[in-house]
This record gives sequence, structure tokens and C-alpha cells, in this order.
Amino acid sequence: MTGRRIAVVGAGMAAARFAERYDALGGRDRIVLYGAEARTPYNRVLLADVLTGRYDAEAIGLPTGAAQVRIADEVCAVDTTARTLTLHDGRTEPWDDLVFATGANPVLPPIRGLLLPHGGGLHPSVHAVRTLADCARLADAATGARRAVVIGGGVLGVSVARALATLGLDVEIVHQAPHLIERQLDAEAAAALRAALGRLGVETYLLNRARALTEHGEVELAGGHRLDTDLVVLACGVRPRTALARASGLHVDTGIRVDDALATSAPHVHAIGDCVQHRGSVHGLAGPAWEQADVLAARLSGADPHARHTGSRPLARLSAPPVEYAAFGEGHRDNDDLEADPALHILRLADATRGSYKKLVLRGNRLVGAILVGDLATVGDLTRACAPDAAVPETPLHLITDGVRP
Amino acid sequence: MKEAYLLRNTCERPVKHTAAKVGAMTTTDTHCPYCSLQCGMRLNETERGVVEVVERPAFPVNRGALCGKGQTAAALLGPAHRLTTPLMRERRADGGRGPLRAASWTEALDRAAEGFAALQAEHGRDAVGVFGGGGLTNEKAYLLGKFARVALGTRNIDYNGRFCMSSAAAANRLAFGLDRGLPFPLEDIERTRCLILVGANPAETMPPAVRHLRRLRDNGGTLIVVDPRRTRTAELADVHLRTAPGSDLALALGLLHLLIADDLVDDAFVTARTTGYDRVHAAAMAHWPERVERLTGIPVSRLRTVARMFGKAATGMVLTARGSEQHSKGTDTVGAWINLCLAAGKAGRLHSGYGCLTGQGNGQGGREHGQKADQLPGYRSIEDPRARAHVAQVWGVDPRTLPHAGRSAYELLDTLGQPAAGTRPAGLRGLLLMGSNPVVSAPRAAHVTDRIRALDLLVVGDLVLSETAQLADVVLPGTQWAEETGTMTNLEGRVVLRRGAVPPPEGVRSDLRILRDLAERLGAAHGFDDDPRTVFEELRRASAGGPADYAGITYERIQAEDGVFWPCPDESHPGTPRLFLDAFATPDGRARFLPVTHRPPAEEPDARYPVHLTTGRVLAQYQSGAQTRRVPALDSAAPGPFVELHPVLAHSLGLREGDPVQVTSRRGRAVAPARITDTIRPDTVFMPFHWPGAGRANTLTNPALDPVSKMPEFKVCAVRVEPARERDGAASATAAPAEGAGTPTGSATASGNRP
Repeated sequence: MTGRRIAVVGAGMAAARFAERYDALGGRDRIVLYGAEARTPYNRVLLADVLTGRYDAEAIGLPTGAAQVRIADEVCAVDTTARTLTLHDGRTEPWDDLVFATGANPVLPPIRGLLLPHGGGLHPSVHAVRTLADCARLADAATGARRAVVIGGGVLGVSVARALATLGLDVEIVHQAPHLIERQLDAEAAAALRAALGRLGVETYLLNRARALTEHGEVELAGGHRLDTDLVVLACGVRPRTALARASGLHVDTGIRVDDALATSAPHVHAIGDCVQHRGSVHGLAGPAWEQADVLAARLSGADPHARHTGSRPLARLSAPPVEYAAFGEGHRDNDDLEADPALHILRLADATRGSYKKLVLRGNRLVGAILVGDLATVGDLTRACAPDAAVPETPLHLITDGVRP
Repeated sequence: MKEAYLLRNTCERPVKHTAAKVGAMTTTDTHCPYCSLQCGMRLNETERGVVEVVERPAFPVNRGALCGKGQTAAALLGPAHRLTTPLMRERRADGGRGPLRAASWTEALDRAAEGFAALQAEHGRDAVGVFGGGGLTNEKAYLLGKFARVALGTRNIDYNGRFCMSSAAAANRLAFGLDRGLPFPLEDIERTRCLILVGANPAETMPPAVRHLRRLRDNGGTLIVVDPRRTRTAELADVHLRTAPGSDLALALGLLHLLIADDLVDDAFVTARTTGYDRVHAAAMAHWPERVERLTGIPVSRLRTVARMFGKAATGMVLTARGSEQHSKGTDTVGAWINLCLAAGKAGRLHSGYGCLTGQGNGQGGREHGQKADQLPGYRSIEDPRARAHVAQVWGVDPRTLPHAGRSAYELLDTLGQPAAGTRPAGLRGLLLMGSNPVVSAPRAAHVTDRIRALDLLVVGDLVLSETAQLADVVLPGTQWAEETGTMTNLEGRVVLRRGAVPPPEGVRSDLRILRDLAERLGAAHGFDDDPRTVFEELRRASAGGPADYAGITYERIQAEDGVFWPCPDESHPGTPRLFLDAFATPDGRARFLPVTHRPPAEEPDARYPVHLTTGRVLAQYQSGAQTRRVPALDSAAPGPFVELHPVLAHSLGLREGDPVQVTSRRGRAVAPARITDTIRPDTVFMPFHWPGAGRANTLTNPALDPVSKMPEFKVCAVRVEPARERDGAASATAAPAEGAGTPTGSATASGNRP
């Protein structure tokens, strides 16, 4: 081991992946992960099923290679000139390279009554689902609860609604957009998904905004209608945690800005995961975060000093039958987009009887987006075909029609 | 189709007795010359010298069944395709080479021995090396290792088994403390409740074993096959997982994840009989189902189905073969499958366990007795002082004179004739090669062929003029199989006896005799006997006390007991058909979980090379084809190479059945006819590797090595596939000039000499 030291600010999924890869690739510097949570790194993707009881909270820890993991040891300041960091209790420690992996925070929507007055935090019936602690608290509340309202019908909202329904709760989703998961799905796919959720007893209110939390704990919609509930889950997306990076003088836009080398604006300072903005994109999904961690680990370990991150094609995926979908890239593109983008080619296959909907979006000979809902038989080939350089034939019907050959 | 006929004939029915026999007849019970099953067979020789292969129903591995290769094995016994005289070529002063010409044994052996001695005198002992084969008998493998260490005194000996099961061997040793292909007799397969077969296609590569798969299903067991192609084996399965090439490691970790999620881990077994579970648990958590789906191309729902089938079954086995092992992460991949077995409590118990379907006839024994760079007889480590002392004492030499570990197979071939560079020592100047044909079977074969040509002296012992023998300075014609006696250790760890049945053709010598003749000329007058039984007796002593202990095995016992399973430490010991039932072979008796994590293949598809290539075998051919291509019935059943591709890919390239296809990788280019089938993934093409010349699959393969086993990545690389222009069809395989990676090799010479 060298005397060099790589400090990783954060101990979430990106940090763990970086540490594990760095070690596996033969990196010899000392790695220290500084985490704010009182937990060693764990797999956040599995939280919905920690909620359902499929996984024990203790069982979802991730490998971290030879790294030292400091838990409940939050970094409060970074000096990029002196190359030191300051911890919550005032200690300072040196570093030679520093990696921001601070992740993201749940977005708090503007809902009256959400926060207790005088900085008292969230209303006791309101839950986020970002950490294991959140999850434990929610699981606790769900025991003995009958009804739940999920605010936000995106990827997380749908996943949590499914999990709570599995636990036997009556669940209602309140979603502002015209359909569920509008960033990845089109209207028809979302309708199929909504129907599948309906079969689990999940009710969805589209084009609705939660306006307030009443003193009786009801969720009041913008139209005035009130939903009676025992608990409220916030699933309104996440926002990169950038305050520390900003205070350290790094260039920060929506996320911490990084180039293809995952370098920030300060020398020897890198950033990966949900906190970054790369080529204009901010993700908030495990896939891109790990791809970035892999590239940075290859660079810093010396295994591939010229590795570059050229962008991700994240896949939104839920496989919790009967609620199953996969969506990636520009799957949401629709006929309205054809005029502005004449190279676009859209293939659809819908089976109303079986509740399935499948769609491919091509630009030239590249597959740039896809959606599967209900019938996921071809998802394996489809996810492989999503790779940036995958060869795609002119009409790749096999990706949506298992068994049918040209 | 002829191949299909062969399969039916071999899988469903045993060989028929040939009815009428005239006159007196000699009958010899022996074993097949080909794969690691070492099927029992009987050879009848009529008075007129005609040899027939007939069934030998009592032998438990195959109960009389034989595949087309076994049935036609006698075709190579006649002198027709055989070398019957030594060959030599002169080197001209300008370095040019004369043609091979017939030579006397004295002339040829003198040239070989004097040449080796001169090279060693000038460049050091390690400048001459030995390359062996997994088809050689235990006696030959043993004596070859001794020849290298004692007669040549070189550290550089390795063999083509590196290209076979070395990854499984490494993982077996790490996890169980011992490497035997199967820890149970093959027949046990019929009794397990759930079998996962990974990267194995026994329906093509070892048809007589398929009966056990059928019986498994007849008995109500579940068969799961993992393969990028819907092979004939996959068609027998309850579930076929059509993985993306190079993703088995992720698959095994994903299944382990699901065992954990579904609460199917056998905690009591893990606690009582294993160590290291915690780290593996964490690695599994990093391989959640949706991620594994993306890595493998297997839908989550099917992953769940398979995890439950395996986890809930009362007993279970995982068997891997080359498809899972021939990767730059082969050792870790096998480790991941072993982890799955251990977590499910399916190891070290009756009808449960992990096993490797070894490929070559003596792939097992060949790796136990010293032709591997890092090993001494009895599966001992050459770096272990006690092992060195023991073997040195049996050999009557000073342990300090024994060389240490040398370079692995591909590393040896890659550096032939090369000067030292940086930290890399100089390559070999002289090579003795026996029982191998790397011009066809090595990865990046055009480059390897160039390296072989760069040798100052290549001496090849073979029974036919293989493509590699054609490049030799000295070719020494050897006896084979039914012309000599010797033991083989099959995939079960069962030591069997091949018995001499017919006299060899005039003019050939046994490999043992050749080694003796060379050793004598190199100054080792003693210790190199050419009588197989004498060599075996010495092997017994040398292996005594080692992991692969043969001390209690005799030729008589082998015949009386249908083979004897090692370890067998003394003559009163019954042998060990089933390993690990009481304890694993580690110091603490517990199996070790191996901390592994998925990594991509060394070469992934990109814009220039967008398609996966995977390579493998076909029913009617064996390995480099040096033998089987010379058997007319086999040659007409599988006459040449082809490129298997999916209709979707073929359509997008405008290719029709039979059209010449050009396949290009960073290492070269090959051309072969298209064979269009929907049994393969649309993102992958397949080529069998049995042929030299323009259609040589190994021109394309990637020599990226596994860091532990040094296995090259035969099973996946990135290629570009396109219709071949007319003139390409006639071209030979060449290194791709575009990459500047080498020069044309003119291996048309090799293809031109096909019988």
C-alpha cells in the first residue's frame, strides 16, 4: 500500500462500487469512505423490498474492497487547495485525491403542513424512502396502517405503492403529470401500468397535485378533495446533494459538473453518482452511478488511466409481478415528435386483452429507446440491445415479439 | 443430416455387435481414444488384421454406448494416414527451410538431442521447453514432466490442458482444497433432483453421457442448461437460459442473490461446513436481479424460476464445461457456481456438488503428474519444499536441481523465439511438442503460428502430420491408443487402463521410447523406462502422499474393478468414488466461499466490432481435428468450418445459407460459409474450431488470460461479420493488416496438406 490517500465523501452505492472496483483492479492507495448515515454501504435499489420484508435490513450490505468505511462521520468542509477535509466534529484529515459521492436528497414538494413549524422536521405521518432508516420508520408505520397515499407517480412512487399494496394497504397515488412515470413511459404504456397497479388495489389520481396536509392527517388535493390516510410517502424525485461541493468552490449546476474523466473543476477532485451532472445529464439511478464508479476506479487504480465515461443509457425497471415494466432512453417519444425528428422510427405492439404494451424507438439504425409493460419475455435481449454499440437490424421485431422471425 | 444420424445412433442405442466373424479373433477390452469420458469399448482383431470396435456393456460410464468418433476410432489404426518414419528438414545458411524429408531414427533423434543441447549451452537451460497434451496417458505425462525437469533441466513445460479445464481446476483447489473434475461418479447425475449444466454441450461433445441426463429427467429431476446457443443439450432441458457470452459469472451471482432473497440459503450447512460466506453475501447483494438481467440477457422472471428450482430441490449439482471456463475470468466464474452450491447446501453430500466436465481424454490425469508448469506428480506444487524433496528422492536427484515453476501455455507460445524484453525473460529457442496441435487450437493462432516458425528447433512427436508437425524441424512418429498400453484418468477421477490390442505400424516408436532415446542422448541414461507398467509403478511412488494419490492403484486392480478412483493411498484402500462426504480437502475440512464479482469480457463489442464470437466443437470432430479429420465417416459428417448466425443478423447483412461470411477480429480474419439458425442469439456468431486454414476460428480468438488459471478467452471476443467478397473465399486466414498486429502467415500451407 502506498502512502497516498483517496477520500470518498459519501458512503452510498456509488462510493461502495468505486471502493470495491478500485480494490479489484489492483489500486494501492488507501481509500476512506466518509458516510453521514450510521450504516455501512448498502444496496438502495432493494429498499422497496426491505419494506415488503423480502430482505432483512441487515442483509443488503455491499462490498467495499479494502476501503476503510467511517460511518456517521459526515464531511462538513473540503479545502481543495490544502487538500484537507473537515469532519462534523472539527477534525481535519488530508487527502491526495477526493471523490464526491454525496448522492441526492428527496425533493420536498410545496405542500402546506408537510413540515412541522419551527424547523420541527417532517410531519410524523410523512415518509421519505431514501435510506434504510426511512425504510425502517415506514415499515413500522405501515404495520397497523390501513391506507397510504403516495405523492408522486414516478419510478420510486410506483415501486413504493406496489410494495405497500403487497403489505395489504389501500394505496392511492397522487401524480401531477397526465400519466405515470412520464419521463420514461408514454401514455399508453402508463395506462397499462396503471391498470396493473389497479389489480393490486392501487388507485391513481393523475393531473392532481397535493396541496396540503390537514391537521387530521388527510391529503388535500388542489381541487379541494381530501384523501383520508394513515401515512403519506413522498416520491417526488431527488435532487443532487451539492451544498458541500458548492461551498468548496466547485462548478455546480444542477449537479456537480464533471467531464468524461469524472473530474470536477478542481484538480484531484472527482465526482460520481447521483450528485453529478455529466454532459448535461443528472440521473439518480444506480446504473449510471456504477458506470461512473467503474470508470473512475479504472482511472485512479491505474488499470486504465485513460478510461472515459461517455454517458449512460439508464434503464428504468420494475419486476414485481404483476407490476412489471422496463423502459429506457427515448421510449417516451411519440408521434408528435416525428415531425421535428424525421429519422425517428417507432414500432408498437399492444395487446389490450393481456394488458401488454411494447414499443421500440429507433433513430436510423440505432435503438434509442424502448418500453415493455406486462409482457417482459424479450426484456433480456432488449436490455442487451440497449448497449450503445449494439448492432440493431432495420426492423428488430424480435425484441418485442418473442418467437416471431422475419 | 449425417450428424443427426450419428447422434441418434449413438445416444439411443449402444453399438451393435458386428454379426459374422470369421476365424480366430483377439479381443481386447479398452477405452476410447478421444474425450474425457474414456468410454469402455472392445476391440476385436480378426486373423486378417481387421480391427472392429464393439460394445463393452459392463463399463459403467457408457454401458456400451459409443459416439461416432468412438465407433470409427479404428480407422486411424492402419498405416494410411500415419507417419511411419521420422521426418527432418534442413536449415539453410540464410535461415531458409528445406522440405521435410524421411530420416532414420538415429539421424532424427541425434538432430533433436544435439540441437536441444546446443541451444541450452548457448542460451541456458530454460531456452528449451516442452509442450504436452491432455490426451497423453498418465505414464507419458509423468515421463514428459520428468524429462523436462531432469533430462532437460528446464522450468518451461506446460500443456494444452491450460486451454481446457485449468479454470475449473484452479477454483476447485481454492474452494475444496482438491481438484478432481467430478467429485462423484457420472452415474450419480441420474439421482440428483436438479442439475444446472453451464457452458456444456455433451450432446455434441460427449454423446454417451447424455443417457445420464435423460435418466435424470425420467427420475423426475430438473435439468437447467445455460448456453448462449440452444444446443441439442439445451433442447433436452426443462429450462434453457440463453445467456450473453461472457456473463455466466453475473448469472451465478444473481442466482445466489435470489437464494438469499427467497430465504433458500442452507444456513446450517454454511455454518457447519464452510468459511467465508459473509463476503460472498455482500458480493451477491451487488448483483440484484434487474442488474443481472441486463448483464446476462436473462429476464428476471426466469432467474427467479431457476433460483427456486435449484434452491428448493433436495439435492442439486452444477456442472460446468469450457463454455463457462474458457474466459479471462474463468476461475472466478467457476468460483461463483461453487458459491451457489455451497450456499444451497449442495456440496459434500450424496447426489449433490459442483463438477467440471473435463474435455480431453486425459485432461484429468494430464494435470496431475507434472506436465503443468507449476506442478510435480501427485498434483503436488513444484514450489512446495516437501513435495520437491519427495519427488527428487523418487527420481534419485538432488531437490536443488529441480527447476521451479515456468510459464503457462499461452505465455510459452506467445514468446517463442523472442528475445528478453523489459521484465519478460527470453522465449524458448527449442521446443519438444507432444500430443498437441497449437497451430489450430491455440488462441490468436496466426500469431502463435508465427512464433512457432521463429523457433530454432521444433521437435514434434505425433501419429499424423498435424498442422504443427508440418512446421517442425524433426517429426518423430509415435504409437497411439490401441497400439500401446497406458492409464488414463477420466473426468470422474477414475483411473482406467487402455490396453495394447494391435501391433503398431512398422517404423513407429512409443512416446515413452522416444523420451528414453532423447534422455539418453542428453546424458540421462537412467530413469527413463519405455515400459508403461514400469513407469506407472514409479508414478505410484511419486504420487504417494500427494493430493492425487495413486499409490494403491495397480493395472490388475483397474481391470478387476472397472477402474479405480483416486485418491487411493494403498492397495487395501477401495479408492474414492465420492469425495468430500465427510470433509472437504482444505486444512480445516471446510469448503471456502470464493470472493468473486462480475467483470465484463476482456473485449466487448463496440462500433467497429459489434458482434460477439463464441467458439466450440461439433459432434463429429475432436479438438484440432488432427485425428478426426482423417476419418472419412467423420470428415464427411462435418467436412469443414462454418459461421452460425441468427436469421435476424443474417437478414440485416444480406446473407443467405451457405454464403461465404467474413469474420474479422482485432487479431485476424476468417472466412467460412453461413449456417443460419435461430438457435443462436442475434448478437452472437458461433464458429467451431476444428479446422486449419481460412476458416480457422482461433485466428480470431482473444489470448487475454485468466490471472489465476492462465486460461485464454476462447469463448468470447468482439468481431465484425460481413459477406465475404468472392476472392476471400479462397484466401487463407491472416492477421488483420489493418491492426498492424502481424504479417500474413501463409497458413494455406497447412490447409493445403489436408488429406
